[in-house]
Amino acid sequence: MGINSKPVVFALLSAVVILIGTVVTVFVPLFMPSTQPVSSYVKPYTAVELEGRDIYMREGCNNCHTQTVRPLRTEVLRYGEYSKAEEFAYDRPFLWGSRRTGPDLNRIGGKYPDSWHYKHMQSPQSMFELSNMPPYGWLAANRLDISNSFRKTSIQGFGYTADQVKQQIADYKARVTASGYDSKATRDLVTPANLRGELTEMDAMIAYLQKLGRDVKSLGAKR
Amino acid sequence: MKDTGYEYSVVRGFAFSALFWLVVGLIVGLWIAFEMFNPALNITPWLSFGRLRVVHTNGLGLGFGLAGIFATAYYMLQRLTRTPLPFPRLAKAHLYLFNIAIALAAVSLMAGMNTTKEYAELEWPLDIGVVILWVMFAINVFAILIKRQEKQMYISLWYLIAMTVTIAVLYIVNNLEVPVTLFKSYSIYAGANDANVEWWYGHNIVGFIFTVPVLAMFYYFLPKATGLPIYSHRLSIVSFWSLIFAYLWTGAHHLMLTPLPEWIQTVAIAFSIFLIAPSWGSVMNGYYTLQGNWEQMRSNYLAKFFIIGITFYGLQTLQGPLQGLRTLNAFFHYTDWVVGHVHMGTMGWVTMIISASFYYMIPKVTGRELYSVKLANVHFWFILAGQLVWTITMWIGGIQQGAMWKATNPDGSLMYSFLDGLTSLYPYYRIRFGAGVVYFIGILIFTWNLIQTVRQKPATAEA
Repeated sequence: MGINSKPVVFALLSAVVILIGTVVTVFVPLFMPSTQPVSSYVKPYTAVELEGRDIYMREGCNNCHTQTVRPLRTEVLRYGEYSKAEEFAYDRPFLWGSRRTGPDLNRIGGKYPDSWHYKHMQSPQSMFELSNMPPYGWLAANRLDISNSFRKTSIQGFGYTADQVKQQIADYKARVTASGYDSKATRDLVTPANLRGELTEMDAMIAYLQKLGRDVKSLGAKR
Repeated sequence: MKDTGYEYSVVRGFAFSALFWLVVGLIVGLWIAFEMFNPALNITPWLSFGRLRVVHTNGLGLGFGLAGIFATAYYMLQRLTRTPLPFPRLAKAHLYLFNIAIALAAVSLMAGMNTTKEYAELEWPLDIGVVILWVMFAINVFAILIKRQEKQMYISLWYLIAMTVTIAVLYIVNNLEVPVTLFKSYSIYAGANDANVEWWYGHNIVGFIFTVPVLAMFYYFLPKATGLPIYSHRLSIVSFWSLIFAYLWTGAHHLMLTPLPEWIQTVAIAFSIFLIAPSWGSVMNGYYTLQGNWEQMRSNYLAKFFIIGITFYGLQTLQGPLQGLRTLNAFFHYTDWVVGHVHMGTMGWVTMIISASFYYMIPKVTGRELYSVKLANVHFWFILAGQLVWTITMWIGGIQQGAMWKATNPDGSLMYSFLDGLTSLYPYYRIRFGAGVVYFIGILIFTWNLIQTVRQKPATAEA
């Protein structure tokens, strides 16, 4: 065959051949509305939720947890409404996951109170003796680094001003450090005394977890 | 060293780098396999499962896999073109920078600098490093092909060209990110599109790191080791072009029943089933090459690495497409079945072919006899036994977990909690860990055999 003696032609032909499937299945869909539906009931992450999401990514939580409920009867029974594309409009990167060592988290928002999460993250085994989830108590011993929070929401294109981001952070801090906070007892148990008046990485992680699926549930409640 | 000025120190350097990262990657694998049934080993954030799993996949895929590919590629390119490497100092720089990059990659991942996109988790500064290293490699690839003395390019060179071109496209497109800080970035894609790009990448990076260049090794080292020509040149042409064409359409079989548009999923299934044909073209070509000479399976210690290896490739390329079918996917997705599938390919096909290729190549490039054929045989049986128990245990575990997720009581309610499904797998995780230890011992024997080979005095005769 002629091209077996023409390496540059061969390489170019190979490039064309591999780009055909690429263009059809990947590039063209990038410009189709069906891969990026927009819905008004899906809200972007707040600055604190986004910080929590970044911690989720840093710890590799996606290696054990998925965030995609499939349209299968027993799956919907276990987790709730199946996942729709528009829910992930603000997910950069996506966190659909590929393995369930732990349960799917797409609808975890609002399922448990904050106190459940503080206890569980600090020691999964204290609540489920046979759980193989690593303990994450040290998240509560890390002050939340908010020096890049505004920059992050800007890059994500959420449209917040610097003041709005400041306010979101202040509001969430006020919420979890208030004396009347419904999860104060458990939060104080897992948070070192010198950080109880501050936002910790665990606070942010829980803020993120409580956001997952919340928009869909509130839509269901409205109906 | 000897010969006609071929650059072999780089071949040797990459081969031993591959062995080093293989051992490291397997130690990490054993650590996380233990953590799966006993979380006590999550002693610090740097050793937690979520971070270490990524070190394992990247360390073995990019560390061991790419090093083995570079070692055999630099060898095959020179031998098949009958031309010395045009830029040997560039290749040496490639070798040193590669190992520094992998070390930095491992450390950065343990520190949590993780984009979460599978097999593309390295943050953007290291991504740039990977691209630079790939360009360094590609320069030598194309320079030697253009300067070659042997006019017709043999099959293995086609696969190496396709790999060089495709990995560049895959890696760059999927790693397009907007930096936030020096160590953190966000994907330019969002939601379903990000998923689609990621799994186009994820499947094809496996295809073009674990299949295409390993087929290049297979087509070169099998004839060399057995003295038998590949059965059908025509079949190899058809297999090559249909393989590299079809592979790129199949990524979305990783996204069955997700919110990705259905047509992309269905197209992926169709091409995945089609992909069985070109894959089995190589399997058939391999088996028929031994036609009339099957006694080599007994008399030639290398023959079994190639034939059992290509058998696992054949099984893998049947199992994979079938997993894409919606009914089966609904059952197996997210379970350990898929983990079993991955490891039959990596521990079965890839490792066996690289093992045999190294056993053939290292004596040639160092002018020594292999230290021990007997140890090579022990290595073979250990990795075969370890891998089979590992894989089959995970298939069983996957079926069990999938079934428990779906089980309902007569009144329609779920029979098992999620935790029930997980804890029922612990006995399998323990067996898997034991199988991993057996496999690891086989790899240690392999490494020892090659180290002892080069520690010998050089043979007096020309290789």
